[in-house]
Amino acid sequence: METLLEVRDLHVTFSTYGGTVKAVRGVYFHLNKGETLAIVGESGCGKSVTSQAIMRLIPEPPGKITKGEVIFKGKDLASYTEKQMRAIRGVDISMIFQDPMTALNPTLTIGTQLMEGLREHQAVSGEEAKIKALEMMHLVGIPNPKERLKQYPHHFSGGMRQRIVIAMALICEPELLIADEPTTALDVTIQAQILELFGHIQATTGVSIILITHDLGVVAKIADRIAVMYAGKIIETGTKHDIFYDAQHPYTKGLLNSVPRLDLKEERLTPIDGTPPDLFSPPRGCPFTPRCPLAMEVCGKVYPVTTERSRSHHVDCWLQDERAQQLLARTANQ
Amino acid sequence: MGKVILEVNRLQKFFEISRNQTLQAVNDVSFQISQGETFGLVGESGCGKSTIGRTILGLYDKTAGEVLYDGKDIHALKENEKFQLHRKMQMIFQDPYASLNPRSTVQEIISEPMEVHHIYRHKHEIKERVYHLLEEVGLQREHANRYPHEFSGGQRQRIGIARALALEPDFIIADEPISALDVSVQAQIVNLLKEIQREKGLTFLFIAHDLSMVKQISDRIGVMYLGNLVELTQAEALYERPLHPYTKALLSAIPIPDPVVEEKRERIILQGELPSPISPPSGCVFRTRCPRAMNICEQQKPPFQEIEPGHYVACHLYH
Repeated sequence: METLLEVRDLHVTFSTYGGTVKAVRGVYFHLNKGETLAIVGESGCGKSVTSQAIMRLIPEPPGKITKGEVIFKGKDLASYTEKQMRAIRGVDISMIFQDPMTALNPTLTIGTQLMEGLREHQAVSGEEAKIKALEMMHLVGIPNPKERLKQYPHHFSGGMRQRIVIAMALICEPELLIADEPTTALDVTIQAQILELFGHIQATTGVSIILITHDLGVVAKIADRIAVMYAGKIIETGTKHDIFYDAQHPYTKGLLNSVPRLDLKEERLTPIDGTPPDLFSPPRGCPFTPRCPLAMEVCGKVYPVTTERSRSHHVDCWLQDERAQQLLARTANQ
Repeated sequence: MGKVILEVNRLQKFFEISRNQTLQAVNDVSFQISQGETFGLVGESGCGKSTIGRTILGLYDKTAGEVLYDGKDIHALKENEKFQLHRKMQMIFQDPYASLNPRSTVQEIISEPMEVHHIYRHKHEIKERVYHLLEEVGLQREHANRYPHEFSGGQRQRIGIARALALEPDFIIADEPISALDVSVQAQIVNLLKEIQREKGLTFLFIAHDLSMVKQISDRIGVMYLGNLVELTQAEALYERPLHPYTKALLSAIPIPDPVVEEKRERIILQGELPSPISPPSGCVFRTRCPRAMNICEQQKPPFQEIEPGHYVACHLYH
């Protein structure tokens, strides 16, 4: 499989009055062509910052990419100038955001906003742009596209606006689409429509998708691979199957256990105790140590090495170490 | 199940938007809640579930119908009686960032209702009570002198719960108490609410859009769509044998965090969008999106009827 994007040792910080927040602290992952990678984690884990860093959308200052490479089709985007980035954004890589209410300009018609990207980046006539815009509206399932093109964002419902945002993102036929919580602001029945649409779009255009979300149900539905983030680090990656049925990291397991299942009877939910660490002064060792039911002495001191369980499944946890495994086996036998 | 403590009879709440436009937020909704029960009210945004909560509490005046608490019509109470009633009925709000005064300490926030109602004569009694409440919701007495911004979302929601418990109410309305929280923390709060309810025998009206969480906590669940209650039954029955086409679609739209199960599921994708509550469809409000709509659905509003014991549904398919 061909690798489209590779992120290596990415670090992002934000300077605030209270000190420097280390939002992303050495993130590695890759994305293959045509696949959907879900980055999951709770608020403040750095998943959105990671995606913004790929697009170089981190406001500087206060933010700063302090280290790392973002290799897109063999080129390091982290070293690109703003001018070079402008040629990438919207053309090769597009992004859609959580809130479809604020992602559109209320004073411009949908048609103008849809065609803007196309006319900015490609030498097309007004007529060609309009044909393309209608084609995109059709792709994302907006009825009466001809009339709708002349309307303003306030004429559309939340679900329809999200469809328009998706159409805008896809109009230049990018190879990578980054979707940051694309359905979080929508109702479930509308969410189901939009998730269906993602499947349809990927099948017709072959676009690769990075999906940022906290909703494990959405992940189970549309992701191929999953990266679990916690306190600025990716602590476990694997295929959908690896993560849902063979999760190794205690945080991943805890996250899966804390989600209620509609299809099962559960007397009591098992939450993860405590709260995520403060990223002003992140802990030296594994950031999950204070909440981890299986924490050992080493966990608080040294960040775990990455264990490769299979070619697809990687875990950052000391429990994977042989010595810990022997200890666990011994206590299990007793 | 205990005796009926709250009775909502054909409640209507309309908002006048302009001279000739009326928003029908709640239209002809009836249900009862028994003592010690948790009643879940679910539906998507704009379905009127929060409006019901607020109307029950008397924060909104009703348009028609009645709300009886312990047999008394709460909208007919005198100011003084209303004041006394609010000792018995409390509310937990959705946004723990907006519902706590940022300039008050936790001590001040939790003791305010007790001071308003003159529960204690001495300051130190209130203080002791605040400490006790903090520990009850899983916080520590040291937290009393801190300000809301020093807490995480989950901790703030615990403060909100402590405040709601301060007057030892019998009835609590929780309006989306967990939707602003992270999943691992949501489970903490749901477990806490369940424990508190079991210990104190409280009655809960739990308003939420997240059906999988509502199922965790509720005894009975009512499903709302566009201001109408479309189905009401025991929590288990609603998941096992949903009757109303909207309930079926709603349940099937929720993705299950298990890829194998998720792949095998049949999904009912609703077409179109929620109509405007300013001009709701004639007859059954769901008919514009209903996969099984018939002629009669356009002409007549389906009555809310008991189909099986304890299982109510408003749909022409079952008449």
